[in-house]
Amino acid sequence: MNCEKMEARLIAYMDGKATEAERHEVDLHLIACAECRTRVEEFRRLWTVLDEAPLTQPSPAFDAALRQRIAGEPARTGWSGLWAWIPAPRLAFAVSLLLILSVWISSTPSGPGVNPNELAQHEEEFKMIKDLPVLEDYDVLTNFEALSELPPKSDRVNGKI
Amino acid sequence: MLGVKAGDDQSFELLLQRYRSPLVNFLSRMVRDQAIAEDLAQEVFLRVYRARKQYAPSAKFTTWLFRIATNLALNSIRDGRYRQMEISLDQQIDAGDDELPAIEVPDRRPGMEQQLMSRDRASVVRGAVEALPEKQRVAVLLHKYHELDYDEIARILECSESALKSLLFRAYETLRVQLAPLVATGSEAPRA
Repeated sequence: MNCEKMEARLIAYMDGKATEAERHEVDLHLIACAECRTRVEEFRRLWTVLDEAPLTQPSPAFDAALRQRIAGEPARTGWSGLWAWIPAPRLAFAVSLLLILSVWISSTPSGPGVNPNELAQHEEEFKMIKDLPVLEDYDVLTNFEALSELPPKSDRVNGKI
Repeated sequence: MLGVKAGDDQSFELLLQRYRSPLVNFLSRMVRDQAIAEDLAQEVFLRVYRARKQYAPSAKFTTWLFRIATNLALNSIRDGRYRQMEISLDQQIDAGDDELPAIEVPDRRPGMEQQLMSRDRASVVRGAVEALPEKQRVAVLLHKYHELDYDEIARILECSESALKSLLFRAYETLRVQLAPLVATGSEAPRA
């Protein structure tokens, strides 16, 4: 083991939390390295010196100030907890209004003045027309109407055209 | 904490009594200001109170408590730095046309030995700890003064245990150098 490895091992060694193998490794290094031996001694003294740092006591007003802050917290138990869960009144009003509107819209007929019987009749007529064979000859019939614009037969025979 | 979770006010009172002083101590060494430290400690207790229903004993309560405290302290330090930066920028603008040539004042700060003579030894120790970089300071405070386990401190600092041990080593090495006159004489040194 070298001095660099001590960086990861020394603190646990001094805390008495190193494994048996780690402890043995550090012990061997300390026998060989005077610098690390000094470091261990000085770390131990440093830890004693650090205990001299003054402690800060909370001020007498600490508890009262904390209780005041806690009292200002919204209660979240039982029914009051449920009320706390419900969103702000404006949002609740908007949601209820939306619900009422959607129920009202779904309950009213789809279009004003449309008789359902009439609708059924139209649908039936459309089916009937769709099934008529004559519809297939619709273009032909249109062409026949165009032929009616031709001049009379006698004119064509006399070679006027 | 489980008592507090069940809505027992007395348990919360016990928590307050047990952790009030350690928290204020930890926070005042972190932010170097008792008023801010007390405000932050109250905020920690308030957060514990708010989160009491959701508390799951997956980690030690102290880990949870000091993690909240550490995060609040680090945020407060960063906010303070930001505010200080804003003030110094404003001062630069205010200086405007009345800029005066900077007067060079020789550094008359006493050396470590003189400090030891003129100031309380304990406050020197405290000052050295408070001068450590933030992460090293958290590690030393939790290891030395609050005796938390490595895994707890590592969780609070969000690092591995081996990284924490190296961090502690470097922090103590810095303190060994900074407090060399005290360390050399040991704890039996005469108090100034």
